[in-house]
Amino acid sequence: MGLDNIEKLLEKYFEASTTVAEEEQLRDYFSQEKVATHLEQYKPMFNYFSIAKEERYTKQVPLKPSVNYYKWISVAAVAVLTFGVYFGNQYQEKKKAEYAYQETMKAFELLAENFNRGTEKVAYLKEFEEAKQKIYNNN
Amino acid sequence: MKQAEFLNVVMPFKDKLYRLAKRLLVSREEAEDATQEILLKLWSKNEVMETYNNVEAFAMTMTKNFCLDRLKSKQAGNLKLVHSNYSDENTSLQSQLEAEDSVSWMERIMEELPEQQKMVLQLRDVEQYEFDEICELLDMKPTAVRVTLSRARKTVREELTKKHSYGIG
Repeated sequence: MGLDNIEKLLEKYFEASTTVAEEEQLRDYFSQEKVATHLEQYKPMFNYFSIAKEERYTKQVPLKPSVNYYKWISVAAVAVLTFGVYFGNQYQEKKKAEYAYQETMKAFELLAENFNRGTEKVAYLKEFEEAKQKIYNNN
Repeated sequence: MKQAEFLNVVMPFKDKLYRLAKRLLVSREEAEDATQEILLKLWSKNEVMETYNNVEAFAMTMTKNFCLDRLKSKQAGNLKLVHSNYSDENTSLQSQLEAEDSVSWMERIMEELPEQQKMVLQLRDVEQYEFDEICELLDMKPTAVRVTLSRARKTVREELTKKHSYGIG
């Protein structure tokens, strides 16, 4: 790359009429150790552009899984609700059946008690029968 | 768009967003915050992102607008951006000192430029965008871009010549 060529490019560069490729040539030229002394002053400029391009964004960005999150929560809620209603109903029915059973048992007990009272009274009839037999036998 | 897909799209230009943000906001922390903000905004738009024909240009424009808004609100609040990162990596050896010095010098010169010139210089000389891309990103006419760029480059040259001939800041 001839020196006068570089000078021409520089001139164009400051008029902003160089292409990206020509600017690349300038950067290449000024990245060398040795540049012409009268061009030395431009060195920091072109070197700085190359250095500035090296800077990186290193922070991590916390990307949340946006909308999907809510979708799955609502699915879970619906599932819990359905199970709740289903098992809740079952439990209620079981309770009702137990109550009915208890009530029936009470009724039967009452019945049995009254029956027993009846049989006790019937026991007197037996005495009467025995006495009657005795009288018959004596005759 | 899935997260992995999104990252694949965004990864190649996220550094460019950061560098543009840093050029405008100067402070590293501010620039990092701005970049994160932009990436999150993009992510929240990921459903419609496939319909954009140039996500990078879109993101760069977003960054530009975000940073300019940020600067405006800082100015209105009469606050100055605080930063302490003129010269990073202090592990420099004696031989590197001079080079680093000129880098921070260049940084200071670019900081003094008007915002429009800063952006054009950043996009062209650091990121090597073509003129029509810059026109689209900054919403400027091609001639305006050329004039701004030429002005920016000449200002930098002037400042450098001053330093070169006097050796002082």
